[in-house]
Amino acid sequence: MSYKRIIPRLDIKGPNLVKGIHLEGLRVLGKPEEFAKYYYKTGADELMLQDVVASLFERNSLDDIISKIAQEIFIPLTVGGGLRNIEDIQRVLRFGADKVAINTAAIKNPDFIKEAANKFGSSTIVVAIEAIKETDGKYLAYVDNGRDYTGVDVLDWAKKIEELGAGEIILTSVDKDGTGEGFNSELIKTIVDSVSIPVIAHGGAGKKEDVSQVIKNTNVHSVACASIFHYDFVSKNDSQSTANTEGNVEFLKTNRSFHNFETTTVSELKKELISNNIKCRF
Amino acid sequence: MSKIIILDYNLGNLFSVQHACTSLGLDAEISQNLADIKNAKALILPGVGAFNEAMNNLEKLNLIDPILEHVNAGKPLFGICLGLQLLFTESEEFGSRNGLNLIAGKVLKFPQMVGKNKLIVPQIGWNTIKSRKSGFKNTPLEGIKENEFAYFVHSYYVLPDNEEDFLAYTDYEGHLYCSAVIKNNIFATQFHPEKSGKEGLKIYKNWAEQNDLI
Repeated sequence: MSYKRIIPRLDIKGPNLVKGIHLEGLRVLGKPEEFAKYYYKTGADELMLQDVVASLFERNSLDDIISKIAQEIFIPLTVGGGLRNIEDIQRVLRFGADKVAINTAAIKNPDFIKEAANKFGSSTIVVAIEAIKETDGKYLAYVDNGRDYTGVDVLDWAKKIEELGAGEIILTSVDKDGTGEGFNSELIKTIVDSVSIPVIAHGGAGKKEDVSQVIKNTNVHSVACASIFHYDFVSKNDSQSTANTEGNVEFLKTNRSFHNFETTTVSELKKELISNNIKCRF
Repeated sequence: MSKIIILDYNLGNLFSVQHACTSLGLDAEISQNLADIKNAKALILPGVGAFNEAMNNLEKLNLIDPILEHVNAGKPLFGICLGLQLLFTESEEFGSRNGLNLIAGKVLKFPQMVGKNKLIVPQIGWNTIKSRKSGFKNTPLEGIKENEFAYFVHSYYVLPDNEEDFLAYTDYEGHLYCSAVIKNNIFATQFHPEKSGKEGLKIYKNWAEQNDLI
């Protein structure tokens, strides 16, 4: 077993870090760069930034955030959201990203994966899959943060992604995202067993045990978590006047009940993994 | 004129290398300008991507001779990832292709299987480094613990012909391979020190100090 990676995922809207449920209903949590620094210090293996509105409104406000983060943290940084062509990828790499995550553009034109992998190397290209379970039990890939139906079967798509030369897959269970109910091991195991590139599981972590569980159940290579880390940071930084006023800040100002989450830090989570005989960098 | 030139041959993660240098107060600049390279006190050869394309780019940009001259003049060179592999005699990536031949040896593809284990290739993630023989003293890895973690992204690995060039090794699921080399003024790592947290930055600092660049 190789060393499992723990990847805090930061969803970005404008200048803010946000978090939703099922990728929707975004709450503003604070300044992404503050969270990023904290995760770097507490032992994150990588960070992932996702601009959650970019592909809807054709805007890319991430550059400034990427650049701030890349100057202060020295672990890999993956950036996704609204990357539509080679120039978009080149731009975020120039601002300091190490890898890019693509979804919408890849589904619309699968050859884009090949083109990008040839240009930047496979290991730079992560393809994001947003999976939703249909009533017939099949998983389909959605785009635009789980809003848009594509009809593409997740398993077929994962195999195709590997064939086209992507270096990794980040697999989000939209049904579980932001709920704290635990990961969708069924979905994750199916994909891990079907491809030979690394898979990052995302969506559903509500407590440390969920992470060790999904690794044990599926042997997934990496796990991305948002809420369990973010709510920990928010609760420890009470006077956080850091959030910019844009967006839904009510959550920060008033109601701080994270009832579905047993929050944790990256290092506490890694202790949990190690006590379960799961290898990780510590 | 910058003391350290980070070689820009249109491939690779130049910016994270520069960020690492800047955070340590090193005087480093990204360039592919021949005069800059000639005047550089030290070179960093970074790189992510394919061996062939890298050699093609170095050739097109007329960078091969300046790099060789730099090294032959006894000036320091730091290779990272693909920048390590390019220093070798030849690579088996896409058939066979000659490298810079500054270090005798080959670049080989990871095997598909090691015993019963299927290797996931590329290796993307953290792994540990171990000293080959007498520890890391008087090398840029000085002060780095045995089994310290470093960040790797690669599908190929190097095999030096000469034991004395072999500085560190790494165990990928039972496959042992060379993860750092040192030969006179050349130092190179398969991992990315600029993505390996505090310990990685220490490697940059050691290299700079040992070569009077700081």
